Amino acid sequence: MDFSQFLSYIASGTVYTVGVTLIALPAGLLIGTILALLYVYGGKVAARVMNLYSTVFRGIPPLVLLFILFFAVTRGVNLSAFWAGSLSLGMVSSAYQMEIVRGALLSVSGDQLMAARAVGLSRLQAIRYVVLPQAVRLAIPPWSNEAAIVIKDSSLVYALGVPEILRRAQLIGASSQRYLLAYLSAAIIYFLLVYATTRLLNHLEQKLSIPSNP
Amino acid sequence: MPKPILTIKNLTKIYGQNVIFQNLNLTVNEGDTVVIIGPSGTGKSTLLRCINLLTRPNEGQIWLDDLEITAKGTDEDQVRQHIGMVFQNFLLFNHLTALGNVKLGLTKVKKMTEEEATKKAMHELSRVGLADRANHYPGQLSGGQQQRVGIARALAMDPRVMLFDEPTSALDPELIGEVLEVMRKLALDGMTMVVVTHEMGFAREVADRIVFMEKGHIVEEGSPDEMFNHPKFDRTREFLWKITELYGKKEKEAE
Repeated sequence: MDFSQFLSYIASGTVYTVGVTLIALPAGLLIGTILALLYVYGGKVAARVMNLYSTVFRGIPPLVLLFILFFAVTRGVNLSAFWAGSLSLGMVSSAYQMEIVRGALLSVSGDQLMAARAVGLSRLQAIRYVVLPQAVRLAIPPWSNEAAIVIKDSSLVYALGVPEILRRAQLIGASSQRYLLAYLSAAIIYFLLVYATTRLLNHLEQKLSIPSNP
Repeated sequence: MPKPILTIKNLTKIYGQNVIFQNLNLTVNEGDTVVIIGPSGTGKSTLLRCINLLTRPNEGQIWLDDLEITAKGTDEDQVRQHIGMVFQNFLLFNHLTALGNVKLGLTKVKKMTEEEATKKAMHELSRVGLADRANHYPGQLSGGQQQRVGIARALAMDPRVMLFDEPTSALDPELIGEVLEVMRKLALDGMTMVVVTHEMGFAREVADRIVFMEKGHIVEEGSPDEMFNHPKFDRTREFLWKITELYGKKEKEAE
């Protein structure tokens, strides 16, 4: 087997890695944003529940959660390893993303919300048109960090047998006995994915930044 | 016979154990400019926030024209449309241009079309002398300009009454004049205004009535002439003397 075949075998796992990330990250964002809104604007009881959610999910290793979801939940529901892995990573990420969005909401809220209400906007309109657009901008830098973590954590689904980058590196490493080369190749692919993503988000952050004089 | 726009009866606001003000009575007539003065922590800002229902009073009533806005079941959003508010720290929406700031209420609350809202917003920005800054973001404007956008934003809703909460306190001395000038013009145009401020020059010149508040109640109220030249209470005289001296000095320094 020549090197290009070796590499392309590992690299073809990128589809799964990207697939897992593209499910986990948006799912986490959607859930995280809804939960953050409930946390900040939903009253005391909602805040408690969200706090519990966040504490629990951030307190369990993602791999453990992955196994629980895969082995316990998939007994009742017919869930493929790919989906079980992606969704449990999404749930873990939602707890972190909730904290990111919550922080952003809190730092915009207060005065801006009051000013919007003073103009006559309803609470919902004020959140929608004044708080959220500003919070999104504030959330991009920490969110970029979380995106990098999710890309890297997607490697955990290898434990469920999903043939993503790490899984393939392990397989071909074992069969060719060239472990170092295999894992190095995997590392480089992960690195490039993370690097491209953070660059993209940096660019987005700059593009969305609100003009102001220095 | 002057027509009252704003009638406040026995208003009481308490935070925990802290009585901000108690049994406050105040009437603002149509077209009047009422300036509220007094030391910090006297409840002036809280009073303004009660008037547009950003804070709920514990007791008492407020009428806007003939509508009791403190009554249960009042549509707060509806009421606030008719009461303009200008804040000490401007509180412009940072992600929107000057035009966007003025337009937001028009499109979302008054449900105007983009075109109508732009036209109305540009008209209001011209009124405060900022038509040429319409596409600037708050971060690109000076404090004085930001506050004038704040005024335009409130004016755009065609309020019955405008509330100003220390509109010049956060400004550099040389930027205060442009904001006061806009407010002076508004008063002359017949806008009904309630202004909390320490600008004694403005109070003396523009106010129809000055209200001196201290420790949660109104010590004295009267015309500028009465208040500055023949106050009934020593405390009023003392406060006005101190504040005029202090701010007079600052105004001179600014020149």
